[in-house]
Amino acid sequence: MKIRVNVMLKEGVLDPQGKAIGHAFEVLGFSNVGEVRVGKTIELEVDTADREAAAAQGEAMARELLANLVIEDFAVEVAE
Amino acid sequence: MKAGIVLFPGTNRERDMAQALRLVSGRDPVMLWHRDTSLPQLDLVVLPGGFSFGDYLRSGAMGAHSPLMREIRSFAERGGHVLGVCNGFQILTEAQLLPGALLRNAGMRFLAQEHFLRVETADSPFTRDWSKGDVFRAPLAHGDGNYTAAPDVLDRLEAEDRVAFRYVSAQGQDDAADRRCNPNGSQRSIAGVLSENRRVCGLMPHPENLVDPDLGATDGVPLFSSLVKSLVA
Repeated sequence: MKIRVNVMLKEGVLDPQGKAIGHAFEVLGFSNVGEVRVGKTIELEVDTADREAAAAQGEAMARELLANLVIEDFAVEVAE
Repeated sequence: MKAGIVLFPGTNRERDMAQALRLVSGRDPVMLWHRDTSLPQLDLVVLPGGFSFGDYLRSGAMGAHSPLMREIRSFAERGGHVLGVCNGFQILTEAQLLPGALLRNAGMRFLAQEHFLRVETADSPFTRDWSKGDVFRAPLAHGDGNYTAAPDVLDRLEAEDRVAFRYVSAQGQDDAADRRCNPNGSQRSIAGVLSENRRVCGLMPHPENLVDPDLGATDGVPLFSSLVKSLVA
């Protein structure tokens, strides 16, 4: 089963990469862009047919490694 | 003082650290591999600078889960002394042996420059050879040095006198909003912190690169002489 874990910096944590991309949009002429935030997506396959088990495992993996809860939030999707 | 330096794939400051330890303590440190599963008898474990695992996922995130880190965690829990510099500090926060996290520098730029630190407490095995308020030079070499933690964690660090070092101007002034004082944007200008038992210390700058008079200054020596004094009973 495929799991997708989305990791984003928490609200209020300064995201200098997002800011830099926002500035680049201004230069490119996209003048209506508000805040830009950068995150990351981790896709992984787990060997189970049980969607709930897959979601629980994705959550555990996010907590233990994929996200740093001091600065990041995460969301787990079971893709198929 | 018997010190061990932990090597991860991508560590690159281990020799500078070994040289500093050798110069100040008169004793060769041992090199440890991150996949080792036991620690020798040591007074001090050092996590040096570099780019362990290529900073994949987050700086220090992979290293924090290396097999030897389990041993280092129990060493720290038994009251062992642990120093993390630069990537070593990032690994210690990722391993939750120190609070907070290190974000991308506020200006997005990798900082490779000399800067000034102020000693915020002399009450630790890492800082006792300084006086509170001392200002010293230290090289910076990091892209992810922007220290952050929840406001209550920062308050607690300050209340418990666990901020070891702050970024300051050459005159010793701190101003978290001024990049000339606080080059990476760290919250409350924090450059280094201590654990609750004061025996684990992490900092982003590199005192180990200013210990040899032949290199022009010895500003970093007190970090190591403090440890020698504390650990050579």
